[in-house]
Amino acid sequence: SRTRNVLGASVADLFGRGITDEAWDGLEEALISADVGVTATLEIVEDLKRRSREEGVVTAEGVVALLKQELRDALGSTDRSLGRADDEGPTVWLVTGVNGTGKTTTIGKLAAVEQREQRQVVLAAADTFRAAAAEQLGIWAERTGAALVRKDEGADPASVAFEGYAAANEREADLLIVDTAGRLHNKRELMDELGKVKRVLEKQAGPLEETLLVLDATTGQNGISQARAFLEAVEVTGIALTKLDGSSKGGIVVAVQRELGLPVKLVGLGEEIDDLAPFDPDLFVDGLFEQL
Amino acid sequence: MFDALSSKLEIALDRVRGRGRLDAATVDATLKEIRLALLEADVNFKVVKGIVERLRERLVGEEVAKALNPAQQVVKAVSQELERALGGESAGLALTGKPAVIMLAGLQGSGKTTAAGKLAKLLKSKGRHPMLVACDLQRPAAVQQLKVNAERVGVHVYAPVTAGDPVPVARESIAKARESGCDVVIVDTAGRLHVDEELMGQAAAIREAVQPDETLFVIDAMIGQEAVNVARAFLDGVGFDGVILSKLDGDARGGAALSVREVTGKPIKFASIGEKMEDFEAFHPDRMASRILGMGDVMTLIEKA
Ligand SMILES: Nc1nc2c(ncn2[C@@H]2O[C@H](COP(=O)(O)OP(=O)(O)OP(=O)(O)O)[C@@H](O)[C@H]2O)c(=O)[nH]1
Ligand SMILES: Nc1nc2c(ncn2[C@@H]2O[C@H](COP(=O)(O)OP(=O)(O)OP(=O)(O)O)[C@@H](O)[C@H]2O)c(=O)[nH]1
Ligand SMILES: [Mg+2]
Ligand SMILES: [Mg+2]
Repeated sequence: SRTRNVLGASVADLFGRGITDEAWDGLEEALISADVGVTATLEIVEDLKRRSREEGVVTAEGVVALLKQELRDALGSTDRSLGRADDEGPTVWLVTGVNGTGKTTTIGKLAAVEQREQRQVVLAAADTFRAAAAEQLGIWAERTGAALVRKDEGADPASVAFEGYAAANEREADLLIVDTAGRLHNKRELMDELGKVKRVLEKQAGPLEETLLVLDATTGQNGISQARAFLEAVEVTGIALTKLDGSSKGGIVVAVQRELGLPVKLVGLGEEIDDLAPFDPDLFVDGLFEQL
Repeated sequence: MFDALSSKLEIALDRVRGRGRLDAATVDATLKEIRLALLEADVNFKVVKGIVERLRERLVGEEVAKALNPAQQVVKAVSQELERALGGESAGLALTGKPAVIMLAGLQGSGKTTAAGKLAKLLKSKGRHPMLVACDLQRPAAVQQLKVNAERVGVHVYAPVTAGDPVPVARESIAKARESGCDVVIVDTAGRLHVDEELMGQAAAIREAVQPDETLFVIDAMIGQEAVNVARAFLDGVGFDGVILSKLDGDARGGAALSVREVTGKPIKFASIGEKMEDFEAFHPDRMASRILGMGDVMTLIEKA
């Protein structure tokens, strides 16, 4: 497969002249330039060095196998499917993240998948802050045939979420997806506001089936503090990693998964309606070394 | 007050206190910490290499003033080096055309449409008459978003269509501006990936059509290692005169600022520091240097030393 080839070939090249310090440095650089992060990279490389010593690995192929295992372990083996309600009421997915990562677009793509599978979707435009945010979500509702619940700019986002759930319930829809305004995780007030949106929804719906954090694959080390803050504020259950169609590798999710145990569930691969895929750890790990 | 890096440097440098000159071994230990700090701040690893080499030349043999804390002395040298790399004094806009034209370009979601509104507000406050031009005909509701921003800051907007080819819109906007008495045209463009040849070509065509006085590349302060490739591709594919660093109100260290400046040589002109139209200011290399190093207030610290 493509996976074995790229990762195998590039890392094998690196260790082609033996398992040397230069080769380890090269691997370190490859991981850092994929945004895996300094701490995670140093730990992964240390671990690999130790294991290859202990296990008597002397070939490039041996290192490749260990590295693959290490990265796969770092990404965990959790269930990556999206949660669904097992009771009567509609499933609720709340979508969060910092500004401009791709929340609204990802929601549009998700709605398309769901509607295509004959599930009725309601979208709630709880971003009442950014200029034309509700119009943007409205266009996605039109494209996908989902219903839209919105209010005027400046309305209380929690009340939009509330009405979204009420509408989904009344229509006996299968799924409510709530869009929220982008917010930087260091802004206390905005994070509290998000917490309120979630609490209001939970009061109606019980525990939400998913609270997704949308991370931009171009994000560097700040991704960890984003994930930490959103996890703390709204107990994120999974990550959607967007813009993987660019040249960034999205390596920050390795650190996020290692440190916080947050699984990546979805990847965004473009701006079009079908540019969404389930996260495939093998493809992802392979991609980390694509341009080595 | 002492942040992570300074306290690590204290440890690395403690034994040289009052010993005269920094020797190679001490400088190595020190540079190791600085390298890690820069990488953690998302400065591109190749750019880090260059900076570390320059610092090595500067630091080896440097006299350790007896009265000074060596860690502070090194921090000072490092922040001077970063400041230099970030481009010294902040650069303004050169708007001479009639109308003058500003074009914004960058990756998806970097903050272009918001910056368009902010620039309009800033220029309006200086007595200019800006017109926003909607050349993002791609993202859903992008045109509406720009219109709302224009309304928020009370400036003209030219948004004749919501779909199709943005190049004619750009071209016609110049005459429209003259007709409506506007003396600055600010062209918002769709977000695009630097690896998307077709869309990069479109941006180049827009630029060709309006011949901007200032093409500004908008980049998110949270971006990681790819900042260098993105910036270089926009410079080669579209061309730009300056940079707007956005979302600096977050807690990202913003090492991208160094990467972009190093690989393009273009000045960072503005810092975007919030979602509101007034959250916009001139870029300050000195503040950015301490931010990248993760120092709350390096300069005051050094001054006290
Ligand atoms: N190339 C690419 N672009 C994407 C992807 N996902 C979203 N985008 C683009 O990124 C930009 C921002 O997307 P939005 O969905 O508006 O992001 P958001 O998180 O809702 O933004 P705010 O609500 O303003 O915080 C738009 O131009 C999208 O078309 C992706 O997977 N790949
Ligand atoms: N906190 C903060 N948010 C910002 C800043 N600049 C822009 N934003 C937000 O970032 C998101 C994206 O901004 P836009 O101006 O739509 O970005 P864009 O580059 O025009 O996006 P596309 O047209 O989709 O490529 C919005 O939620 C903005 O409100 C900033 O300096 N700070
Ligand atoms: Mg949105
Ligand atoms: Mg825009």
